[in-house]
Amino acid sequence: MTVEQHCTILEVTHLSSGAVSITFESKGMAAQITHPGQFVHVKCGEDTLLRRPISICNWSAERDLIRMVFEDRGKGTHWLSQRSVGETLDVLGPLGHGFQMDPHGRYLLVGGGIGVPPMLGCAVHGGEAHTAILGFRSGNHAMLLEDFSKACTGVRLATDDGSLGHHGFVDALVRQELTDNPAYTAVLACGPKPMLRSVAKVASEFGIPCQVSMEERMGCGVGACLVCACKTADGHYRHACKDGPVFPAEEVDWNE
Amino acid sequence: MSNTPSMAVELAGVALKNPIVVASGTFGFGREYGQFYDLSQLGGICVKGLTAAPREGNPPPRIAETPMGILNSVGLQNPGVDAFIAHDLPFLRQYDLKVIANISGNTPEEYGQMCEKLSAAGVDMIEVNISCPNVKAGGLAYGTKPELAAEVTEVAKRHATVPVMVKLSPNVTDVTEIARAVADAGADALSLINTLRGMRIDVNTRRPILKMNTGGLSGPAVLPVAVRMVWEVANAVSLPILGMGGVSTGEDAAQLMLAGASAVAVGTACFADPFTPLKVRDGLCEIAASQGLERVSQLTGGVRPW
Repeated sequence: MTVEQHCTILEVTHLSSGAVSITFESKGMAAQITHPGQFVHVKCGEDTLLRRPISICNWSAERDLIRMVFEDRGKGTHWLSQRSVGETLDVLGPLGHGFQMDPHGRYLLVGGGIGVPPMLGCAVHGGEAHTAILGFRSGNHAMLLEDFSKACTGVRLATDDGSLGHHGFVDALVRQELTDNPAYTAVLACGPKPMLRSVAKVASEFGIPCQVSMEERMGCGVGACLVCACKTADGHYRHACKDGPVFPAEEVDWNE
Repeated sequence: MSNTPSMAVELAGVALKNPIVVASGTFGFGREYGQFYDLSQLGGICVKGLTAAPREGNPPPRIAETPMGILNSVGLQNPGVDAFIAHDLPFLRQYDLKVIANISGNTPEEYGQMCEKLSAAGVDMIEVNISCPNVKAGGLAYGTKPELAAEVTEVAKRHATVPVMVKLSPNVTDVTEIARAVADAGADALSLINTLRGMRIDVNTRRPILKMNTGGLSGPAVLPVAVRMVWEVANAVSLPILGMGGVSTGEDAAQLMLAGASAVAVGTACFADPFTPLKVRDGLCEIAASQGLERVSQLTGGVRPW
């Protein structure tokens, strides 16, 4: 059940990577989250008309908390980054179709840049003994490493400039990991589309199922306005907000 | 200020329990926002624009935010009129609200066929879209030429057994010219405004944000244009008007009614707040009450121009 709530902010942390972590009291929304990879749609002040879709990084139904980690990269997210503890946020959620995880599955979690936070939800809330492969532009953009270390049996890093971990893209590490340990239930990934395309390609070479979280400019967030169209392999459009954002990799039209 | 004013209005003989309708293309077929509140609280719904055959719509990005507005280029993505009748109309019939079917055709004949099917299926009203800026065939082409607009209206009227409302485009020099042509062709009501054509460019990539380059502007930014055009059309023809364009408060709705609208549609504002139609209804009721009106319909056409 999706609801609109005015939620009190309990924590605001500006991470060293430049990303911002906000935890809020969810007024029952956390208990409605069914899968990691779902998102909340947040009203960002009076000067932006549209809400901003922000992926859920972690949550506690028991403590009624939702944590989101996002980057200040536009008018809406800038407004959000300037909030303080005690203020309220107008939040719609939880929304979308997240990662499908078997409680006893073992997953290879792949995140790139601002696609990293939702993978923490996968590590904490689904399956067990995961490995995370996280990619960043450079070492100083790395985030949530401690959280992943606690929730995963292994964490491997890649940076575009080689300043931390593997010098290059995450798909090289995915290939290495699947060569060494092919016994993963599935590969789950969130990040820029070119990254998702290469990760999906590697997973398919190894015959391992892969789910990807797609990003598209969004309007209503609930499936009414039909703007966030993603082309699927069958030639039809589906919608990131309602049918996704997570899709089986083989359903995505990667040429689009 | 003793009594609550009556909110009931009439639009071309169709009785609405209140003047608040949700605008085509912003509310799907009601399923999504129906999760948030009982749709029976609305006066009516203009459903997502239907075409004779299913349409995939345009490639993304389909939306760009603008100052107090959005540009969209969805391109009439819809499951087709037959799927609507089979799956969506029965869903909406669970609720006590008027169902207004919005249709777009590639030819006048297509408009006629859809009017027949939808009348037989029992919709309450048909909204003939001759003003979609996002499709190449039909759509806006019919809405900018008086003789074509009249032809489509005449064909729709001949095939429909329910009232026909024609949705006008603001992308014309003189909206009253089209309004008169459509009225003379037998339309029962008019709805306006559809979106205004617009464009936004990313200065770094030098690419338009929308994949279709241009799209339709909606949201609070267009309200004054809507108020002006409703006023002009109300002065030019005697048909009832469903006013829309940028409504997000009861005061916005009252402006459109004073300009001449009998009912008001809420659209883009739902994206920010799903409850907007109910808030607009309540705000409008408060305004009518504070002015001591017995019926909200007394606002219609009540502007006192200088």
